[in-house]
Amino acid sequence: MTGPYHQPMSPTWWLRNRAYFLFMLRELTSVFIAGYAILLLILLYQLNAGRDAYQSYLRFLAAPGMVAFHVIALAAALFHTVTWFNLTPKVLVVRMGGRHVPASVIAGVNYVAWIVISALVAWIVLRG
Amino acid sequence: MPDSTITLEIFRYHPEQDEKPKFRRYEIPYREDWVVLDALNYVKDRIDGTLAYRWSCRMGVCGSCGMMINGTPRLSCAAFLREYYPHPVRVEPLANFPVERDLVIVLEDFMHKLREVKPWLIRERERPLSEGEYHQTPDEVAAYKQFSMCINCMLCYAACPVYGLEPRFLGPAAIALAQRYNLDSRDQGRAQRQAVLSSEDGIWDCTLVGECTVACPEHVDPAGAIQRAKLASTIDWYRRVLMPWGER
Repeated sequence: MTGPYHQPMSPTWWLRNRAYFLFMLRELTSVFIAGYAILLLILLYQLNAGRDAYQSYLRFLAAPGMVAFHVIALAAALFHTVTWFNLTPKVLVVRMGGRHVPASVIAGVNYVAWIVISALVAWIVLRG
Repeated sequence: MPDSTITLEIFRYHPEQDEKPKFRRYEIPYREDWVVLDALNYVKDRIDGTLAYRWSCRMGVCGSCGMMINGTPRLSCAAFLREYYPHPVRVEPLANFPVERDLVIVLEDFMHKLREVKPWLIRERERPLSEGEYHQTPDEVAAYKQFSMCINCMLCYAACPVYGLEPRFLGPAAIALAQRYNLDSRDQGRAQRQAVLSSEDGIWDCTLVGECTVACPEHVDPAGAIQRAKLASTIDWYRRVLMPWGER
């Protein structure tokens, strides 16, 4: 007599189906975002440390490995952003005039805000 | 082809005899209009009467016959053999639950969690029957209707890796049902449910994998319910912090 059997959860459970895998991929993006944030903080620190320090840090960032990291971090950030924007209709259920506001509108507002803010930042950075 | 067959690989575990579960293969006639539950009934009636599993209505209403079918949580009364034929069908008990015997899981944990969220109408003062029923507009019904469709089949718990890794998690169906009553215009019990919902093992354990919603045979969308509960909880917190003089 052994009693109820406890089904073990395999360490590779996230490889069992596509949805679990994409979920883990989404969680993993945080590592790249954290890495990017640290590099950005060091950039501010080096900027404060003087011209030479800043220039040498910029040379370090221009190394192929660093460029590759930034490309991956950008892809991770985009993937995370898009998946979360697409999930916002689950969180925000708005009723107007006795009807649900369509999911595409709720998600769409995020994309519009994203484009507007990005354009604003690009304008501030690029105007010279 | 009237004499074609299909193979079932069924998870067997008898606590009186077995240290560990094993899979047993059964070759049964293939019928295009059979669901997996029909196949299990055939095995039990004709081949091996010791097979244990839960079922009742055969029509997706009672929520008893949930199983892992080829690794996916499904109601066995709604999974047709023709979806798998000619490949074998692997039938296991719902994942993330302890197994009582064969395909029968221990469901005490879910029952306990269900009671914890008080899934019934709570009134500050119960109106006497003489005052008549509580009226609702179609809009007020629509606000919670989807979440009221839950049949407690527990497929969402089997689909949820968070529940598998952290069994203390309140889980999708219990939270969806708490939301069902929180969103009901007749209910006044949200504050009572909040203690459990926003506890450490409540809504904040959910990392939004989203598979509970995919698994749900009644389209309840428990993942949506949990995220909406998170939003409501967050608004509560800001209210408390920014407007401490406001009503609690």
